Amino acid sequence: MNKRVNLERRRQAIYGWLLLSPAAVMLSIFAFYPSAATFWSSLFSRGTRRRPSEFIALENYSDLFADPTFWVVLKNNLLYAAVTIPVSIVIALAMALWANSKIPARGFVRTAYFTPTVLPMIAAANLWLFFYTPGLGVLDQIGGLFGLPSINWLGQPQTALWAVIIVTIWKEAGFFMIFYLAALQTIPEDLKEASDIEGASRWTYTRRIVLPLLMPTTLFIMVNATINSVKLIDHLFILTKGGPSDASKLILYYIWEMAFAFFDAPHAAAMTILVLGVLCIVAAVQLFFIDRRTHYQ
Amino acid sequence: MDTKPFVVLQDVAKRWNGQLGVEEISLDIDEGSFVALLGPSGCGKSTTLRLLAGLEIPDEGQILIEGRDVTTSAASARNLSMVFQSYALFPHLSVAENVIFGLKVRGVPRAERREKMARALEITGLGGLEHRKPSELSGGQRQRVALARAIVAGQRLCLMDEPLSNLDAKLRNSVRKDIKKLQRDLGITVVYVTHDQTEAMSLADKIVLMREGRIQQIGSPDDLYNRPANTFVAEFVGAPPMALIEPGIVEDLSPGRTLGIRAENVEIAKKGKGRLSCIVSEAEFLGNETLIGLEHKGVRGLTVMKPGLSLVPVGERVEVTFNNQDLHVFDEVGRRVSEQLTEK
Repeated sequence: MNKRVNLERRRQAIYGWLLLSPAAVMLSIFAFYPSAATFWSSLFSRGTRRRPSEFIALENYSDLFADPTFWVVLKNNLLYAAVTIPVSIVIALAMALWANSKIPARGFVRTAYFTPTVLPMIAAANLWLFFYTPGLGVLDQIGGLFGLPSINWLGQPQTALWAVIIVTIWKEAGFFMIFYLAALQTIPEDLKEASDIEGASRWTYTRRIVLPLLMPTTLFIMVNATINSVKLIDHLFILTKGGPSDASKLILYYIWEMAFAFFDAPHAAAMTILVLGVLCIVAAVQLFFIDRRTHYQ
Repeated sequence: MDTKPFVVLQDVAKRWNGQLGVEEISLDIDEGSFVALLGPSGCGKSTTLRLLAGLEIPDEGQILIEGRDVTTSAASARNLSMVFQSYALFPHLSVAENVIFGLKVRGVPRAERREKMARALEITGLGGLEHRKPSELSGGQRQRVALARAIVAGQRLCLMDEPLSNLDAKLRNSVRKDIKKLQRDLGITVVYVTHDQTEAMSLADKIVLMREGRIQQIGSPDDLYNRPANTFVAEFVGAPPMALIEPGIVEDLSPGRTLGIRAENVEIAKKGKGRLSCIVSEAEFLGNETLIGLEHKGVRGLTVMKPGLSLVPVGERVEVTFNNQDLHVFDEVGRRVSEQLTEK
């Protein structure tokens, strides 16, 4: 009898591991191993024909901290994240609330908001390049009607990063709206009716009932937006290439430059590890702290 | 002025894209009464309640509450509370927060809020559960939270939309009694929607029986049971419902009339002495009595009640008899005719 129970338990364990293994294999090959390999190569110096690569421990990291461009890029990226994350979330929520209410042409509104998400980032960036182009661009043309001077939005350090930020928000907000729309569908209609009868205004209902019930979605979107603020750099290649004078350079673009323009793989690896570490910490904070205050249905 | 009813619905109609919602709803509700809106699903009883609550606006007619025309007023301006079929509790708020939600919205001071909540929780027997979330409560407890939320503000009109339909049978009975007691103790007016005629019969002072958007009969449970206005009411109310006998089946008592008879007035007769000879189609033992279903051409739903256990084999032929004074008479369109049949 005991033997059979043991056998059964072992069978269950094997079954569990079999279910787990595809994901484990894929993640190991494409995520865990590259991360470990990156960390390992970040500890070596860049090899040249005359000087082969050697173990230098954390020297690559201290080089980075001494590099003024690194700090500029870091500052850029923090501003980029600090603006794109909250603004795109707020816009997505506002659009979702509006597109979920009983308005005419609701389907059209939803589709219109979602369109930027369907476009590839490169195509979107080309579109915006046309908007921003001095003289020819839509923005200048409209400004010209009101007698405003021509502005080279992408060409001056004060505005380049902001121009990139706006493209990102435009691209992201529609995507996040879809998540909010889906979450809004799951809130039962009678909660609105109950709060109507209790005398709650539309705003009170939104603030006290809808927003808390959307918290799980907000959390999910926040994690995504954070990752995107590091990950989403396609438009930089089209719009600014990080310039002028690094004013719109973001960290992943800098890593790419380091590795494939300056062929300095060890420094790129070190920077990658730093980004990975920061993202892990941010994700942990979001998932553990905010999660605890979130109600799941 | 005193005689004016608390709630009045006057020729209220609501249609959706030309489809029938409700039509010609006229109803007076006295203060402190318990009114049940009864009917099969899709009969418009919930629509009527939602019109009264202000969740729908009627296309025609007038609604008055406490003499005030509220036909187009917002739900919050009508001074009423409501218990939803699904309870509509806010899932992220605790029991206490759910109950005082409306008080908070209306700006009731904190001390008063606490006092009222304590009272509402005590009445509904929810003491000690203040900090639980709705998901941590049983169905019956959730139901009581919905009740507590409805009574905490002290509104004099409370609407209930099938509040017991999500509870199991045993719980339903006990909560039913609680609701009745609550209504009586607080002296509030309750309008209660249900499709369960036992529920309506046991709770209500006044039953409004509806079908296909129209009121069939308004009356006390006694009226509906003993003086059904038409054959639909006769067949809907009572367990088992009234049996209907087509014209010409029983020796010509009243030509062209449909006759109705309740199970308790039908008796099994000795061979050759009965007025109808039927075949037993089913026998159902209920504990204190046995229901014997009978089949006869032109007769619908004929049943005999026998005390205790007295099963009769299915397929057996039995004869039944009844007194003429127990017969209900309906005309060709099914309306009740008040003519009395002479003693046999």
